[in-house]
Amino acid sequence: MVLNNIESLLEKYENGETTLTEEQQLKNYFSQETVAPHLEVYKPLFAYFSVSQKEHFNKELPFKTKKVFDYKWLAVAAVVVLTFGYYFKKPVVAKYNDYAYGTYDNPEDALQEVTKSLAMISSHFNKGASTVNYLNEIENTTSIIFKNNQ
Amino acid sequence: MTQTEFLNIVMPFKDKVFRLAKRLLISTEEAEDATQEVLMKLWSNKAKIEDYKNVEAFSMTMTKNFCFDKLKSKQAQNLKIVHTNYEDGSASLQKQVELQDSLHWVAKIIESLPEQQKMVVQLRDIEEYDLDEIADMLDMNNTAVRVALSRARKTIREKLTITYNYGIK
Repeated sequence: MVLNNIESLLEKYENGETTLTEEQQLKNYFSQETVAPHLEVYKPLFAYFSVSQKEHFNKELPFKTKKVFDYKWLAVAAVVVLTFGYYFKKPVVAKYNDYAYGTYDNPEDALQEVTKSLAMISSHFNKGASTVNYLNEIENTTSIIFKNNQ
Repeated sequence: MTQTEFLNIVMPFKDKVFRLAKRLLISTEEAEDATQEVLMKLWSNKAKIEDYKNVEAFSMTMTKNFCFDKLKSKQAQNLKIVHTNYEDGSASLQKQVELQDSLHWVAKIIESLPEQQKMVVQLRDIEEYDLDEIADMLDMNNTAVRVALSRARKTIREKLTITYNYGIK
């Protein structure tokens, strides 16, 4: 009889001796609408097992896409900047020279310009030096002292 | 290993990991966090995945250990109220309520079992693993698993009978 079979299976089940297929039989039996009245107790147990099997994990997995900073690229960038810098340096300086230090074709003009600028520099220099003229006073006083000492 | 390859490996057993975690931690939220944690640990060790004999068994062992750590940690001891999952009372039919209630009882009884028996019941009756596989996952021998399973099943049946007959006999 089926019922006998189920009862013996239940006993084996409680001793932990049933195989997975036998347990499946039990689950099938207890998932029916009607079971033997004295076995009614087991119904929620097996119902619970099959309900629990249907629980799912629905949370997203946060795959970290955090990138580790690669210092190699820093070196590459530096090299690129340096090469470009070197490449552009020459033409820029040459241009600047042309623009800033124009040459004179006529030597007399050149001499005139040079004396003019040197005179300007010297006048400015004297102006600067005149502000420290008062330091001569120290010279005067110290010369008196040193004379006395000698 | 790409993300998709990893997901293909992990997909078949991620629910099992989650359910085991939930069995041990009770709260759904904590179980979700634990599952996430376990899978992310696997992902960060993805280079070694090929070396594992059985990724699934390995993950289950990892889950077990992770959940035990969680339970031992101070944090878990403070979180008592979270463990009560309040059910939504929308199920209207009397029958459904009754069924839900009896299922709830089973859940409660399993919850009251010692942790080892809890895990054995989870792995055998719900996830339907082989006894040998369970022994491998839980670091026990075959006989110990069988004994734990038998004890757990007997306890569940006894408690369920008491609940079932309450007020009748």
